[in-house]
Amino acid sequence: MSGKVITVTSGKGGVGKTTTTANLGIALASLGQKVVCIDSDIGLRNLDVVMGLENRIVYDLIDAVERRCRLTQAMIRDKRYDTLYLIPAAQTRDKTAISPSDMVRLCDQLRTEVDWIIIDSPAGIERGFRNALAPADQVLVVTNPEVSAVRDADRIIGLVEAEEKGPAKLIINRINPSMVKRGDMLSAADVVDLLAVPLIGIVPEDEAVLVSTNHGQPVVLNTKSKAGLAFLNIAKRLMGEAVPWMELDDKAGLLNRLGRLLSGGG
Amino acid sequence: MEVKGIKDGILITLEEQDWSKGQQALIQHIKENQAFFEGARLVLDLGNTILRSKELAELSDTLSGQGVVLVGLLSHSMITQETAQLFGLITSLAKPKPAVKKPIEPLDTVLQGEAAVMVHRTMRSGFKVAYQGHVVVLGDVNPGAEILASGSIIVWGRLRGTVHAGAEGDETAVVCALDLSPTQLRIASKAATTPDSQDEPQPEIACIKEGQIIAESWQH
Repeated sequence: MSGKVITVTSGKGGVGKTTTTANLGIALASLGQKVVCIDSDIGLRNLDVVMGLENRIVYDLIDAVERRCRLTQAMIRDKRYDTLYLIPAAQTRDKTAISPSDMVRLCDQLRTEVDWIIIDSPAGIERGFRNALAPADQVLVVTNPEVSAVRDADRIIGLVEAEEKGPAKLIINRINPSMVKRGDMLSAADVVDLLAVPLIGIVPEDEAVLVSTNHGQPVVLNTKSKAGLAFLNIAKRLMGEAVPWMELDDKAGLLNRLGRLLSGGG
Repeated sequence: MEVKGIKDGILITLEEQDWSKGQQALIQHIKENQAFFEGARLVLDLGNTILRSKELAELSDTLSGQGVVLVGLLSHSMITQETAQLFGLITSLAKPKPAVKKPIEPLDTVLQGEAAVMVHRTMRSGFKVAYQGHVVVLGDVNPGAEILASGSIIVWGRLRGTVHAGAEGDETAVVCALDLSPTQLRIASKAATTPDSQDEPQPEIACIKEGQIIAESWQH
């Protein structure tokens, strides 16, 4: 087995890197893949919280790197899928505790055992970002449809290109179709136009995300949530499946359905 | 039948007809004008008439008997041409060589040029190019990117970052782009920003006129 290393990053904080990592991990596991999620945000960990695995942590990433434990001991098995693991970050250390080459070595070790290694990168462009970028085969840049997040995404995409890890793929998170329609929010097309990188997913704004995050139950588990479906689609696209873009606008969708009903079609 | 003098020889053009008739007419004509044809070098133009080795050998012999040397056979037919080549005859008349042209003296228009650097990529936020000379970007200059040049700046793409042309005080420097919407544009010691209300993007060129930076549409 030769696992693929996916690094989820954004530059700006709070755009949804951790949410994306947790959801992609669960989505890939639900598709039968063996997955390890790594929280590389040392000192500010929270992937464990989002995945609802906080109370199971014994060893962490630093312990594994500094060989205080075996790698498998630092891998926490998920509650829901037994092919999903989390390697949590240490909370009591900082980013300088590991180096990019440590991350490369760790991932090379994991590659032989799993299909996917998903690294949750810290915000920023400093050491923590470098650590997360070093082992990546594919970089996913998460951004929100707002000017400052797009600006930071642009910077990150440039850095990824400079490290010859490109082209990064783009996830636009928290898009609000009705605001876009009113012209109060950048549309996905605007963002792609500026950043000029391939898009792999558009995730609509969804209250279910916040609710599920607080309960440690990633939204992808909620089959009724559009955001959850969007993350599942991204996972499928990562696996090489051509998934059509989903209809984001509820009203348009309803009208279309009504129209079809009225015209007697299916 | 048409008889024409050519450079060192005689060219006879035969009308298209049955070859045996054509040959007969030709020999007849040569016999009647024996004095003229004696020792002549002959080129025959047969048009589309097809002539094979046997016929050509016969013709060649007959002509020799009249003291005429067959040196060439012109024809549109590939077969005839090949036959002629087999007998070592020329199949086309050399065109007069064009007079040797005098070498054209170039006008003194060679410019030495000025130093410039070419950036063939999209410049993303955080990228900076500083150059002693002109800067040409083939790609977009995104917000947060910066270009510093002692000369002019040309962007074949969208310019949305910060640029400073004539950074060492050259007020003749210009900035141009396919879509000129920089965060900030500086030329020498003057600075300007992009007005908020922008129309459809169009190529524009910015320069200093009467002590002010102005941008005008690049339609000329």
